[in-house]
Amino acid sequence: MSAYWKANQRRLAPWMFLAPGLAIFALYVIIPIFQSIWYSFYDWDGLSPPVWIGTANYVELTTDPNMVTSFWNNLIWLLLYMLAVPLGLFIAIFLNQTVRGIRIYKSLFFFPFVISQVVVGLIFSWFYAPNFGPLYLLIEQVTGKGVALLADPDLVTYGIIAAGLWPQIAYVMILYLTGLNNVAPDQVEAARLDGAKGWRMLWYVILPQLRPATFIAVVVTVIGALRSFDLVSIMTNGGPFGSSRVLSYYMYEQALSEYGYRMGYGAAIAVVLFAIMMVFISGFIWKMWRDETER
Amino acid sequence: MFPRPIEQTSVATQWLYKLALPVALLLWLFPLLGVAITSVRPAADIAAGNYFGMPSYFAYENYADVFRNTPMAKYIMNSFIVTIPTVIGAITLSLMTGFALAIYKFKSNLLVFFLFVAGNFVPFQILMVPVRDLTLNLGMYNTWYGLALFHIAFQTGFCTLFMRNFIKALPFELIEAARVEGVAEWRIFWYIVLPLMRPAIAALSVLVFTFIWNDFFWATVLTSSPDTQPITAGLSSLNGQWISAWHLVSAGSILAALPPVLMFFLMQRHFIAGLTLGAVK
Amino acid sequence: MVHKKTGALALVAALLLTTAASAQQRVLKYNADFDPLPLAAFEALIADFEAANPDVDVQLNNFDHEGYKTAIRNFLTADSPDLANWYAGNRMAPFVNAGQFMDVSDVWEANGLGDSLASAKASMTIDGKQWGVPYTYYQWGIYYNKDVYKSVGVEVPKTWAEFVSNCEKFSAAGIDCLTTGTKALWPAAGIFDYMNLRTNGYEFHMDLTAGKIAWTDDRVRATFAEWAKIQPYTTANHAALEWEDAAALMVQGKAANYVMGNFAVGNFKAGGMTNDTLGFMQFPEITPGIPRAEDAPTDTIHIPAGAQNVDDAKKFLAFVASADVQSKLNVGLSQLPTNKNSTVPADDPFLVAGFETLSTAYALAQFFDRDAPAEMAKAGMEGFQQFMVQPEELDNILNRLEQVRGQVYK
Repeated sequence: MSAYWKANQRRLAPWMFLAPGLAIFALYVIIPIFQSIWYSFYDWDGLSPPVWIGTANYVELTTDPNMVTSFWNNLIWLLLYMLAVPLGLFIAIFLNQTVRGIRIYKSLFFFPFVISQVVVGLIFSWFYAPNFGPLYLLIEQVTGKGVALLADPDLVTYGIIAAGLWPQIAYVMILYLTGLNNVAPDQVEAARLDGAKGWRMLWYVILPQLRPATFIAVVVTVIGALRSFDLVSIMTNGGPFGSSRVLSYYMYEQALSEYGYRMGYGAAIAVVLFAIMMVFISGFIWKMWRDETER
Repeated sequence: MFPRPIEQTSVATQWLYKLALPVALLLWLFPLLGVAITSVRPAADIAAGNYFGMPSYFAYENYADVFRNTPMAKYIMNSFIVTIPTVIGAITLSLMTGFALAIYKFKSNLLVFFLFVAGNFVPFQILMVPVRDLTLNLGMYNTWYGLALFHIAFQTGFCTLFMRNFIKALPFELIEAARVEGVAEWRIFWYIVLPLMRPAIAALSVLVFTFIWNDFFWATVLTSSPDTQPITAGLSSLNGQWISAWHLVSAGSILAALPPVLMFFLMQRHFIAGLTLGAVK
Repeated sequence: MVHKKTGALALVAALLLTTAASAQQRVLKYNADFDPLPLAAFEALIADFEAANPDVDVQLNNFDHEGYKTAIRNFLTADSPDLANWYAGNRMAPFVNAGQFMDVSDVWEANGLGDSLASAKASMTIDGKQWGVPYTYYQWGIYYNKDVYKSVGVEVPKTWAEFVSNCEKFSAAGIDCLTTGTKALWPAAGIFDYMNLRTNGYEFHMDLTAGKIAWTDDRVRATFAEWAKIQPYTTANHAALEWEDAAALMVQGKAANYVMGNFAVGNFKAGGMTNDTLGFMQFPEITPGIPRAEDAPTDTIHIPAGAQNVDDAKKFLAFVASADVQSKLNVGLSQLPTNKNSTVPADDPFLVAGFETLSTAYALAQFFDRDAPAEMAKAGMEGFQQFMVQPEELDNILNRLEQVRGQVYK
């Protein structure tokens, strides 16, 4: 037995290491995903027995105007949320010094990420609020007419994204601070001796070494953009009249909210959202795999 | 080190930087100042519409009220009881899974990795009913370990991604050298790879701590009584049926935000890397 | 010596008796979602019930208000209590239809509640049976700033035409005639309810929320036509305001009227208004001759189907439904008892006005989001909010609502 083990440990070892994590992950995440996909084929109010309706939920989705709005809003979220990556990098570089007290500065710059999203949403709601919000008053001063961002169906999503960027930039900043710590000093010195500085240094020497951090930063930003539930919930409830709705919030509205007892329909929306995410995941994995096999 | 260490630049630039830091911080945390001022604003101010002006008086008793109106101390304790085991559990499991996926070449390596990443992208809502039912069937509804187990499972996805990438970046020569010397695989994991993972463990601890500490959705799904509920659910209970007690919620939120920030502050020294490079030399 | 012994014996006997008594105490589990003030009032009620029923121990498990709405779906399936709070009307329908609430028509029969709780009975009835017991409700109406009225020189309107012409005067003075904060959607539904009840009457409103009338019907359009008269005089940007932000506007004198529920009085007073500056009026008549119906959202207690201690739960419901208990309870809640034989404190002019308003009302509606099924309610409220922001979109809004009606009321 132990001879078998000694001879085969390199083959068996990965599975030994994988077993506990994979098992619990499968139980709590993988299997529930399939269960939910299964629910999407039923008409179910969460309380009484479900009724099989096949693909009827998905057919309904294709003609649902709320789906179209949500879909477009998610797209806007994806595009604009990516701003967090360069902005986070910029702040990380700004803070990557060793002056006295820099540890405190770094911790405080991190603060927006640790504060509850409910409070972030609340404070930005007040910033934008008509009549007394600082941003509203500022716009009124500058343009003569106040704009209540959260009351305007065309501008509301941008207002929420701005609120979401605040903690997200802090998150990306942390990832890059870690990454910057791992940058090889000898490469930097060598490049400096060669006369590289500023943007060239950043682009040719630093960024390639930051690739793992950038990868994770992009991944979490995409996840954050597609999740975006807390802020939409606290700032607008998807309003005004549904114009800031996103898929994750619409799913919740349909399945679990005060006025939503359609678990099957909600599950269908979640499956659509999941399918969109799968596109991104596949893209990420493929890129990663390609980068690694190139090495 | 990048950017150029500030000590190497002119004195003027150094002073400029030292000035820029607090100014940048003030601008960055301006919304937080809003929260802080709201937390000491009396309720009457808010009812009268005074949201951003000077508070009519500094209602420091809001902080005391937060503890009086809700069992806040219990909520904070519950948050710790759920968060700390989750951090330990998720990081332990993902160290192992990340190691397996980074070091070993086997056919389903990419597929398993894909599973972890995909599972992590999943919107919470898709998991709610199945996970709630599973927790009920296991008899773990409304317990700290029921909530912690779910979080451990879910966070393992993200942490595996992180750990695997980090381990992949380590020099493989270390592993090869050890194998040539006949070192067993688990020893390689424990004595060679693990010590090099300190920055990753530190960073992930802070991140996972923050995620779980601020999680609201699963706390409401899997727990229902003040005995088990963490602070996020406690904060929302400060709002009444009709009246939103934003001054109390703000005070409570600032209290609630302190542990993750403290955690980050304490973990910072471990973010320093350069250990692998020393080993290669 | 003898004394000591008797004393000791007596002590032991007493201890045995009390332990025996508590060992026989039956437990009644009650899940609720009370705010701090109502919680205190209810704890007093529970103490009274336990005094009257010493063999029952009521264990109250109080949730926060929003969390309760999710928690109830979970605890009715697993770990169900003996009593649970909820709401009347169509709001309780999902649970009734799923068989998760118990039929308590026997409690109504046995205690004559059909008579004493007559005004609330319809809202507790589905399929001819009663599914819970109401313990409080509150009035809706128009709250107004008396100082603003004085400064612009208008009188309290007795008819709709007067209200509208007052609006023009307020507007000339730079004051919003009507304020509201529709971010949470339901304040807009309050306005719609009254516009519809006053334009078309109670039966029409009930039929509409029950899905029997098309949203594109001319009579529905008539309601919106009346609403359109005051829409321009409503606070701008209300879609970004919470109802409390709008209340602050009225406190500050920037708005004159607010269609709201009585719970808002607390807010108005906290902001500085008093009984002298804050006024209440019933919503004026629009179509002459229509009997006056009111919105009176009702809070209720139910017995879940999975309850263990059903007998004591029914005793508790009967207790809560009784006149004296409701009088005392509602003093603590600052709301109105549903039992017509209860009394109301004379020193609160708003409660007195409310009691009068509701007791003499022709019929009571439960509020749009409890009268209409959930999905219709959500779509409806979004439509109302959109109308208030984009009145020119009325046709699209009504068509959309009609589409939802086709899907929801199968």
